[in-house]
Amino acid sequence: MNILMFYLFASIIVIFSILTVTSRRILRSAVFLLFVLIATAAFYFMLRYTFLAAVQLALYAGGIVVLIIFSILLTSHISERFPQIPWKKAFFSALVAGIGAVLSIAAILQFDFNQQFTDTETAEVPVRDIGLSLMNYGEGGFVLPFEVISILLLAAMFGAIVIAKKKKD
Amino acid sequence: MIEGIPIVHFLVVSTIMFFVGVYGFLVRRNLITILMSIELMLNSVNINFVVFNKYLFPEQLQGHFFTLFIVAVAAAEAAVAIAIIINVYRRFNNINVEEVSNMKH
Repeated sequence: MNILMFYLFASIIVIFSILTVTSRRILRSAVFLLFVLIATAAFYFMLRYTFLAAVQLALYAGGIVVLIIFSILLTSHISERFPQIPWKKAFFSALVAGIGAVLSIAAILQFDFNQQFTDTETAEVPVRDIGLSLMNYGEGGFVLPFEVISILLLAAMFGAIVIAKKKKD
Repeated sequence: MIEGIPIVHFLVVSTIMFFVGVYGFLVRRNLITILMSIELMLNSVNINFVVFNKYLFPEQLQGHFFTLFIVAVAAAEAAVAIAIIINVYRRFNNINVEEVSNMKH
């Protein structure tokens, strides 16, 4: 059952990510990106990282995709279709990506991972543990990156407002 | 939930997703679709981190937190990128990378 679900979500990810980069209508490719992100959240649920899956759904599928769709509606006509890509450019880009993919998959397949995971049913990580290690400054604590991320988010917020603001003149 | 699925299958899926993102980055000309390809690449890297964490070091949480921080950075990056795209649209009236070729000053 779970193996079936894995292949279902894997095929959703592969098919819809290819459709995201090849669709000629921009709003459709944003919706296909949404499907890819939701299938990724399903992977996190399968791996029993439910907090991470919730973050993925709320921030990626909820936040970033809505932001992208808003900016599509502000900057392009919905009925407009992209012109056909010249075959030479498409061919050489596909060649570069294909060579990279083949090399990486060959390297992955011949590497011998010492897989420790043997439990049939592992408990999920409690949110209490996640919160404690985000606030912990000792062994295995992440308080420094947490603070750096908060400053980065503040800077990004100010930057976005200043850049997108209309000039007075 | 993942018994019977080898780690390699997850890694192959995320590799395919990454290189589809690379293809889109090279082929597309609209700034927003390029941003969407970058989101695909970031997402595949996140899957890699989480899967390595779960399969190879299940008692630690490093990959989990790395993914959490990458998601936050991606959100900040998308916000700033879309602000820049809207500014470019206001100045040039389109967001095609081949027609936006001069700076103001």
